[in-house]
Amino acid sequence: MTGGLPKRLTLILLVLLAALALFPVWGPLAFAAKYAFLLQKLTGIMILAILAMSLDLLVGIAGLVSLGHAAFFGLGGYMLAILSPQYEAANLWVVLPATMAAVAAVSAVVGFLAIRTAGIYFIMVTLAFGQMGYYFFNDSKLAGGSDGAYIYVKPVVEAFGTTLVNLDSKQSFFFVVLGALVAVYLLLRVVLASPFGRVLAAIGVNEGRVRGLGFDPMAYKLVAFTIAGALAGLAGFLAASQYGFVSPAMLGWHQSGHVLVMVILGGMGTLFGPILGAFILELAHFGLEAVTEHWLLPMGVLVIAIVLALPKGVAGLLLQWCGKKGEGGQ
Amino acid sequence: MELFLEASGLQTFYGAAQVLHGVDFRVGVGETVALMGRNGMGKSTLLKSLLGVVAPRQGKVSVQGREVTGMETSAIIRRGIAYVPEGRGMFHNLSVREHLLMAARKGAGGRADWTYERVLETFPRLAERLDNMGTHLSGGEQQMLSIGRALMTNPDLLILDEATEGLAPLIRREIWRVVRHVKETGIATIVVDKNVGVLLDLADRHVILVKGEVVFDGGPHQLKSDSSILERFIGL
Repeated sequence: MTGGLPKRLTLILLVLLAALALFPVWGPLAFAAKYAFLLQKLTGIMILAILAMSLDLLVGIAGLVSLGHAAFFGLGGYMLAILSPQYEAANLWVVLPATMAAVAAVSAVVGFLAIRTAGIYFIMVTLAFGQMGYYFFNDSKLAGGSDGAYIYVKPVVEAFGTTLVNLDSKQSFFFVVLGALVAVYLLLRVVLASPFGRVLAAIGVNEGRVRGLGFDPMAYKLVAFTIAGALAGLAGFLAASQYGFVSPAMLGWHQSGHVLVMVILGGMGTLFGPILGAFILELAHFGLEAVTEHWLLPMGVLVIAIVLALPKGVAGLLLQWCGKKGEGGQ
Repeated sequence: MELFLEASGLQTFYGAAQVLHGVDFRVGVGETVALMGRNGMGKSTLLKSLLGVVAPRQGKVSVQGREVTGMETSAIIRRGIAYVPEGRGMFHNLSVREHLLMAARKGAGGRADWTYERVLETFPRLAERLDNMGTHLSGGEQQMLSIGRALMTNPDLLILDEATEGLAPLIRREIWRVVRHVKETGIATIVVDKNVGVLLDLADRHVILVKGEVVFDGGPHQLKSDSSILERFIGL
């Protein structure tokens, strides 16, 4: 889906966004002692939502099902750990572009090789690259090996020697991540509405047909893979900033699979769907974990129920409800 | 006549089965060629061989004097060819507007007269359905969109494979009107269709394939004056 959203749906999403943005206002009144924890939880979910949106560009739009996307997420985190001075705050204006550029470069190389395959082979190749990344950081002495690495001082947003935003403040960090979430969503909307996005969406449906129109699908897929990798790197950077810690698990296939479930549950190819998928999956995890230690069982039932009842995900249901028939991703 | 596309000695196989047996084929600049033959005679395979969708084992294809044999389909198409495939080739996730805009580009020779506005003027029905998804159109509208999308690439050669198949007579007339209009603008055309009567009036030259070989290559007057040719090779 590369066109605009129905007005009613836009309104619903804006209300949800406003509720999220105002959480620091109503959260302390509603949750009192749990507010600080929930603020952190919501921040973490928004980071995963950015990761899910980046994967949606590949899975939902270009039709490339990647099981190694977390490698770029983890690499983004490790880049922050490696680039940060040990006892000083790194300047976000320096480390963030450097991180995204490095992750984009790695994803371009991986993508160059991976897009030569299709279907199940693409899944296997991306899985293999992801696991290579995992074992690279797990088995080497770089950044703490299997123990992971700490980022003792979080990056700061500085300009002309003045600290504008201190990411150590949980509230400031919440707004930085919220801003990143909105910016990534809008960026991807612009990308999808561009001629590039239209061709990419067409490639997701029928690559041969697109070739017959005079477009080289390989070039388009490589650019998409690189953009998705760079945005996953941004999410990894934010995750490492939030927790002050990185470990090889960030790159593993469990993480890739987890994000893929968010995309599928939310609704592939819709961008806002994977955001909803991230919130639904993580809040369900949080809620069920509080009720039973066997939370994985009801979680599995929930996932199966949503997939069976809503083949186009939650976004598909919303699009249908809001009057955009025949949409809701692929 | 200056040649736009030329193929010589094409031999194409599907596995061990040979479909084209040394086909020679050419299209002049601005020429309309009707590619005719019964089902299974190799018409679609010839088109696919010209565009590199299926790689011929022998023979060569040139576009505007430059050999394109073995090149990627997208690179061959970029040399000024637009292909309207059998089955229309709609994308379910793109609207009518997006179908047209995604294809918009200047032609290989800098041609840019087919704009979004001109395509909508040519197909007023599409202008009324800009926000419809490509697959949420009638068969005739899908065919119009498929041709409109092809014209948005400002081609020098338009290939229409079974452009009117399965369409109502009224819609067929509309499609043929547009094909004539395209011809008048100087765009070369290869037309594959079962409607021999229309092709005889429309095309400058007719090529008939039988079992992967060219058995006739000549003007409409020859076909009109000697009805045995169509009777023998097409079954009319």
